Amino acid sequence: MTILNLVFIVFLGVLFFIAYFHISNYILDVYGNKTLKRFNFENSIRVIVFIAPAFIVLFIFILYPVIETIRLSFYDKFGREFVGLYNYKWAINDPEFRRSILNNLVWLLVVPTLSTFFGLVIANLADRIWWGSIAKSIIFMPMAISFVGAGVIWKFIYEYRGPDNTQIGLLNAIIVSLGYEPQAWLTIPMWNNFFLMAIMVWIQTGLALVIFSAALRSIPKEMLEAARIDGASELKIFFLIIIPYLEQTILVIWTLITIIVLRIFDIIFAMTNGEWQTGVLANLMYDWMFRGGGDSGRGSVLAIVIMIGVIPILAWNLYKHRQEQKI
Amino acid sequence: MFFVIIWIIPTFGLFISSLRDKDLLAISGWWTSLTTTEVNEIYRMSGMERQIEENGYFKIKGKLFEYNSGKKIESFGITSKKINEFNIGDVAIFKDESEVLLDEDGNYEWRSKTEFTKKKGKRLFTTSLSPPAFTFENYREVLFKEGIGRAFINTMAVALPSTLIPLIICSFFAYSLTWMKFYGRDTLLAIIIASLVVPLQMSLIPILTIYNDFGALFGVAAKSYPGVWMAHTGFGLASTTFLLRNFLKSLPNEMMEAAKVDGASHYDIFLRIIIPLSIPAFASIFILQFLWCWNDLLVGLVFLDQIPSEIILTAKLKELLGSRGENWEILTTGAFVSMTVPLFIFFALQRYFIRGLVAGSVKG
Repeated sequence: MTILNLVFIVFLGVLFFIAYFHISNYILDVYGNKTLKRFNFENSIRVIVFIAPAFIVLFIFILYPVIETIRLSFYDKFGREFVGLYNYKWAINDPEFRRSILNNLVWLLVVPTLSTFFGLVIANLADRIWWGSIAKSIIFMPMAISFVGAGVIWKFIYEYRGPDNTQIGLLNAIIVSLGYEPQAWLTIPMWNNFFLMAIMVWIQTGLALVIFSAALRSIPKEMLEAARIDGASELKIFFLIIIPYLEQTILVIWTLITIIVLRIFDIIFAMTNGEWQTGVLANLMYDWMFRGGGDSGRGSVLAIVIMIGVIPILAWNLYKHRQEQKI
Repeated sequence: MFFVIIWIIPTFGLFISSLRDKDLLAISGWWTSLTTTEVNEIYRMSGMERQIEENGYFKIKGKLFEYNSGKKIESFGITSKKINEFNIGDVAIFKDESEVLLDEDGNYEWRSKTEFTKKKGKRLFTTSLSPPAFTFENYREVLFKEGIGRAFINTMAVALPSTLIPLIICSFFAYSLTWMKFYGRDTLLAIIIASLVVPLQMSLIPILTIYNDFGALFGVAAKSYPGVWMAHTGFGLASTTFLLRNFLKSLPNEMMEAAKVDGASHYDIFLRIIIPLSIPAFASIFILQFLWCWNDLLVGLVFLDQIPSEIILTAKLKELLGSRGENWEILTTGAFVSMTVPLFIFFALQRYFIRGLVAGSVKG
């Protein structure tokens, strides 16, 4: 496909949707008022016109797949024969699956906690120095970089050369200059997980940081000043005023990063591809989608396990939504 | 301060490395590139066909390296065991009694009383000091030879419609969810909120099946650009709608009522009132969704073929990580090319970016 063709279909694709809305509404405006006297009736057609595309997309890409994935998890690898709980039993007995679950849990424990903590601390510190906004920009920057790009950046840092060569990876160069042996960081089981998590923390801290610094501004100045006049130390203010005040925000950020971490795929796929015991559920699932011609049963089971992880968050969101509606 | 340094170093290192000469990159850390580096190299002198006769000597003259970025040779040797045996100006004598003179720019003169008979010249081991040197050579190579340039265009062709289409359909959707009354509206809203957190992975297998069936039915390629656009639209739909609805809800109701009394239809209201007012919100959402599509790997991997005319940047980078894992000049440059657009957006439109993120999270 030539580049010109590409530009053309991009243009056509976007135009199609604009045209849909414009033409259908135009027809409704012109003929609706003349032929359909009852406003309500016209209105309901309009609702359908407005909603239809989004709803169809929502149905095809979210609602139907959720049900279909649940169905497929009870079927064989081609999705043809009902096999009951066979796929689930396979998963429980599969060492790779257990390893992935364990890794996922460690990720879920470490990354949101560290990112939120760093974000909060840096947001606090950055407000006190004159170049705080530059500092914030720099720490926030990794948010804009793709996970794969971040993978390349960090792989370069973890790069390993034999003990006799000059180390071009920063981490090994530091280790060597301190007089230790260079290490192939990404291949040390268990610890390599933490090296991968460091990348994620590096990226997500920025997210926590910007949201916190927006929230920090909402803390009444009088409250902080009153505390200072009463002789509270900065550390005390941080723990006794700021943290309780931002409780809601902390929770929101924590869940936000949890959701992102739960489906973490790119970093591991690019860095180790799940080798050396670094695999997580999303990687295992991708693997099973294509391994041996693809196994939709096992893949679906893995997707469902990831889904189970977000259900508490989902329920909590819906609960909060209900509360808001009542007010 | 400490945090800032830790955070910037990785990206900075990548950027510096992408500008360095590839031979230097492979043998020294990027942090040495800002100062003069000592480099050990091995060169081979020319063989017999270049020899000339002069004053009773057979001489071969030449240059050890063609491309010179200010490199100065400090010392040299003629065996691998003693690579620093001679200084510039010394005459080194080989076992066959031929002599060699070397200056610091790499010009050598190799002379012998007897005629040279070997096709290959002898090896010289040099130790030279290399000043900081940067080059755009890597960028040229990566963009045109490695296919990153094409992948860049492909990614653009994926990301732009994947951002605009959801923006168009979701703005209507969000409008009707906010300002139109119809049966089942609350249920629909609850579905949107639930969909916000549904992991992408839940949809992959069924959607891929649909695409394959669709492709087989109409005899077209199952994986294609429109397919990816729709997939991105589907996965970004919930969050886009949610953010837009939050914004629209904050607009004053009186304005809509007044317009309705004046006989405006919903479409008029949408075009004349909602769109102009929503430009800032659109900008934030556009940036979020665009970056998401640009940086995505999984969707591009599953719903596009990994061929040069369709492969996206992230998938290409991943491929290079596998096949060219040792060629850091290609990897670092490729990674930096893939970051140019996000970083540009980041620095130019940071305000909207942050506003979008904050709106999406504080309320969610």
